[in-house]
Amino acid sequence: MNNKPLRPLYTIPYAAWILLFVIAPIALIIYYSFFDLAGHFTFDNYKNFFSSVYLKLTISSFWYAFLITLFTLLFSYPTAYFLTKTKHKQLWLLLIIIPSWINLLLKTYAFIGLFGLYGPINALLETMGIGKQQILFTDFSFVFVSVYIFIPFMILPIFNSLDKLNPALIDASRDLGANSWTTFRRVIWPLTLNGVKSGIQVVFIPALSLFMITRLIAGNKVITLGTAIEQQFLVTQNWGMGSTIAVFLILFMFIIMLITSSNDRGTTINGKIK
Amino acid sequence: MEKLSKLPKLYLVVVFIILYAPIFYLIFYSFNSGGGMSNFESFTLEHYAAVFEDTRLIVILINTIVVALLSALVSTAIGVLGALAIVFMRNKAMRKAVLSLNNILIVSPDVIIGASFLILFTMIGLKLGFASVLISHIAFSIPIVVIMVLPKLQEMSPTLIDAALDLGASKRDVLTRVIIPFIKPGILAGFFLALTYSLDDFAVTFFVTGNGFSTLSVEIYSMARAGITLTINALSGLIFLVTVVLVIGYYAITRKAKTPHSEVKK
Repeated sequence: MNNKPLRPLYTIPYAAWILLFVIAPIALIIYYSFFDLAGHFTFDNYKNFFSSVYLKLTISSFWYAFLITLFTLLFSYPTAYFLTKTKHKQLWLLLIIIPSWINLLLKTYAFIGLFGLYGPINALLETMGIGKQQILFTDFSFVFVSVYIFIPFMILPIFNSLDKLNPALIDASRDLGANSWTTFRRVIWPLTLNGVKSGIQVVFIPALSLFMITRLIAGNKVITLGTAIEQQFLVTQNWGMGSTIAVFLILFMFIIMLITSSNDRGTTINGKIK
Repeated sequence: MEKLSKLPKLYLVVVFIILYAPIFYLIFYSFNSGGGMSNFESFTLEHYAAVFEDTRLIVILINTIVVALLSALVSTAIGVLGALAIVFMRNKAMRKAVLSLNNILIVSPDVIIGASFLILFTMIGLKLGFASVLISHIAFSIPIVVIMVLPKLQEMSPTLIDAALDLGASKRDVLTRVIIPFIKPGILAGFFLALTYSLDDFAVTFFVTGNGFSTLSVEIYSMARAGITLTINALSGLIFLVTVVLVIGYYAITRKAKTPHSEVKK
């Protein structure tokens, strides 16, 4: 577009927003990561981060995020695939999306009741003869609730890429003698990889930084990077250490974005070669 | 396209049951006269009455709605201007850079947004409360509006603007009579998403809210940490109702928006 109506004036609010709320906050986080509790300039926070406590925390945080992403994907891919095959697929998709619009806190709160000692799951286990189990405040409940929360966000991008898939390609693969598994592995999966990647992106990064599910469901047993940041900022009031953890979380975020960024040109080339 | 056989159908049914079970479980027990979520004694509406009698809760509800509406309005205005700025940018590298800056807040974890805004507000000396919550909500809604408006702007043919200019329209006319009507569906979608983002936000608000101010999410969090109260269940029943109405409304808007869109093209 080659005209410029009122350019400088209307750009100001948006430019101011970028400066104040995108660039300044990141700069402030980095700045604060160099200060200790007493307000002295120091590299101790970074030294501390590589101590065993925080390193363990980071590794366990990644492990949980990995598990959550894996189970969400395993559960969501077939769902998205079957959804594209239904008659009123847009309507069904909407029905899948609606629960994601219900307040996160409420859904998490529901599981306190569902998984509770006197909740329906335990009642079921008891009638099955297994007996009451402590479900709440375990790793299992944390992963389960997180997966539950993230499912719609994973289904959506996968559904979109499956929906765009040209059915002629699948027919062609069948005609050329491929069985269902080969067709899936060599045709459908590579062509929907971009959807899977953006699904992983929208699940993995938030999964690293969850803090309210850990507090309500995991009973402080699971500590993720997000929980640690919240703790440092709002409980211990150690903004320096909190900022340092945040700096690493931002770093991890960029790395994950780089790995999962969907390179459209690359995939079409891949598609052509295959 | 092949038809669904029994097994996939069963799978989908199970998915739907799992997705909706917690929500209906909450709503079911909101009618329980007993104290907890384990055994249903008898039907009652007392918990709903409790929601409406609790003036503190009503104030929080009003706070939440006011913050959502105001932040959605302001962020839509700024977001639309931002999208215009990006589209009219000549330098390609610059446009790409601005777009990535725009997307940072969308992909950033809430905890980081909350923590960094907390530092920012404390540095500026802004008292935590209504203002800090409102400003944060505006800030994290703007990129979403931009993302919703941008495709509509890119879809628009530049000849449309040239034609308007040739026919003697002023630049202001071009904006208000040509561009804005054309991108209206994107603006509405952006406004609506900003609204739901604000209503739904917990983590960011949790960081920047002071002692005296609270939104529904933050309140539910503190109530849930204290244990099970069926007032939350009643509240969730009401929220579910509102959400469904909003979703239907959004669907109607985006459906309807397609018609004036084609009229402009004529």
